[in-house]
Amino acid sequence: MSTPLERGVDMLKSQVDARVESYFSSCTHCGVCAEACLFYTETDDPRYTPIYKTEPLRKVWQQNFTLWGKLSTSLGLSKPMTENDLSDWETLVYDGCSMCSRCTMVCPVGIDIAYLIRKVKEGMAAAGFVPEGLQGASERALKFGSPMGLTSKGLLSAVGQQKKEHDIDIPVDVVGAEYLVMLSSNEVVLYTEFLTAISKIFSAAGITWTVSSKYFEATNTGVQMGDSVIAAQLLERLLEVATELKIKTVVSPECGHAYTTFRWDGPNILGRELPFNVVHIMELLDQLRKDGKLKTTGSFDERLTYHDPCNISRRGGVLEQPRNLLNQVAPNFVEMNDKKEMNWCCGGGGGVSSNERAEPLRLQVFNVKKRQLDELDVTTMVTACSNCRTMLEEGLEENEMDIEVVSITELIADHLA
Amino acid sequence: MFEQLVDGIFWNIALIVFFVGVTWRLITVLVLRSKRIDYSVARNSGVSGAIMANIRGFYPRKEVSGRIRLQVIAGYMFHLGFFVVLFFAAPHVKFIAQNITGFTYMTIPYWGFIVASEIAFAGLILLWLHRLLNPVTRLISKRSDHIATILVFVVMLTGCMALGEASSELRVLHRFSVELLMVYFPFSALMHAFMFIPSRAFTGVLLGRRGVNV
Repeated sequence: MSTPLERGVDMLKSQVDARVESYFSSCTHCGVCAEACLFYTETDDPRYTPIYKTEPLRKVWQQNFTLWGKLSTSLGLSKPMTENDLSDWETLVYDGCSMCSRCTMVCPVGIDIAYLIRKVKEGMAAAGFVPEGLQGASERALKFGSPMGLTSKGLLSAVGQQKKEHDIDIPVDVVGAEYLVMLSSNEVVLYTEFLTAISKIFSAAGITWTVSSKYFEATNTGVQMGDSVIAAQLLERLLEVATELKIKTVVSPECGHAYTTFRWDGPNILGRELPFNVVHIMELLDQLRKDGKLKTTGSFDERLTYHDPCNISRRGGVLEQPRNLLNQVAPNFVEMNDKKEMNWCCGGGGGVSSNERAEPLRLQVFNVKKRQLDELDVTTMVTACSNCRTMLEEGLEENEMDIEVVSITELIADHLA
Repeated sequence: MFEQLVDGIFWNIALIVFFVGVTWRLITVLVLRSKRIDYSVARNSGVSGAIMANIRGFYPRKEVSGRIRLQVIAGYMFHLGFFVVLFFAAPHVKFIAQNITGFTYMTIPYWGFIVASEIAFAGLILLWLHRLLNPVTRLISKRSDHIATILVFVVMLTGCMALGEASSELRVLHRFSVELLMVYFPFSALMHAFMFIPSRAFTGVLLGRRGVNV
């Protein structure tokens, strides 16, 4: 029976691939990545330097995959990894990194630091160094199907309530529908307007769609905590319902990491191509707009800005679609200074939002968003990720800022022709 | 005796270690551990992403350029000055012609050497001071970063000292320091001189396929 440390180290060793090799071999420790990280810029604590957060993986790579490393380890000149090392790094990678990958964009030698941190998390998860909040969310996701513990009954209840209140159609478990819409628990429990909005839009566009009562959850806690086994188990559930319902296209809701997981990382976690297409709700709405199936009327005249969710823009490549949609209904749309692939994170990505321990730090690093908003003097901020939305609302409340946060889908639905 | 060793066996060993070491490290990345296939359906070309990432990496993003001015300016000063001296200083061109290419090419005048080497020295010293004094770089720097900096500094210093070719000892000293650098190179952070290309390419492919401007 191996110890947690051995499991962690073995997992880290298994994570070393060509990319890890080239990344660590090319790092000159120039420190540029720190200047792009909100956890460093807002705290001035050098421990939050992104490349520093990858130290456990670098150490394992250096000691086991390099000539000098092997030599110095065998001569006892290099200290082996200890449980304390992993324990010390737990807060750095889970509390002090939202996996926003802004650091990746500025690295002079092109290191995808977020990729390395994701691998560090694999080692942490194998060794059992995962924050309680994330661990709990993951257990609930496996047991009930949702990190918030929301069951199929809960979904059906929310669907029934929305139908009754708004006199709309929300198809459930429809075999052969064009689109399967996944939802984050946030959108079922907190932002129920989202369901109403997509129902109105899809009905107006004349497309067939459904939600699945068997498995509706878009959030993948396995990805957030860095456990590929759990991530794969949750993805298999999606594959199962999509196959049962004969779905050709899965729609990722307003959830950043769900989109990246389904669209980009999921096939690689599973090790095979997905048997359906994946689109983000912004992509679908923009396509409907282009096809003339999404027509709007009137305008939202308040001065507003758009917050790019990192996983949708920087890691997902959905950059222009939300802007196309906003330009259709919001004449006073203004951009933040750093936007699109260089946006600043809300602070709650990568599982930070599920990690209660990280809350004070998360609210501290929100200062960067506050400064961005102060420059613009807007009354409304629009976004396309429900997790960002919650984080932004909490940050705004903490800073007593009178700015409303709105979902793009809801904004569009409010202006349907 | 020492001169013969430096010009003979030491040089041959350094050459072999350098070329075999660098080649092995690159093969390790490009062939041995590159088994991964991306199963996601690409939105854009990964190849153009790799090319763009390699070009894009040469200039800083405007969103952070104000915060990294010293690293960028000093970095360019050192690298440009160093490469000008390495490839265009008259003694180097002569050495390359005699030992590698068999032909000579354009050289920089003496004053050009002085200017280029001073720029390189200034850049290297600034980068090193930054490494030592800045809390971030002080925390993340490794012993190998400092060894590499010291070796490069010594190579440049002995090179300047040997420039007049007035003393054979100085030339031998310079060549010996170069040999030390060459032996250390494949096993150190100096490998970034080659590794930055696959590193940028890997990230460029990933983001390029997703339709993100690297």
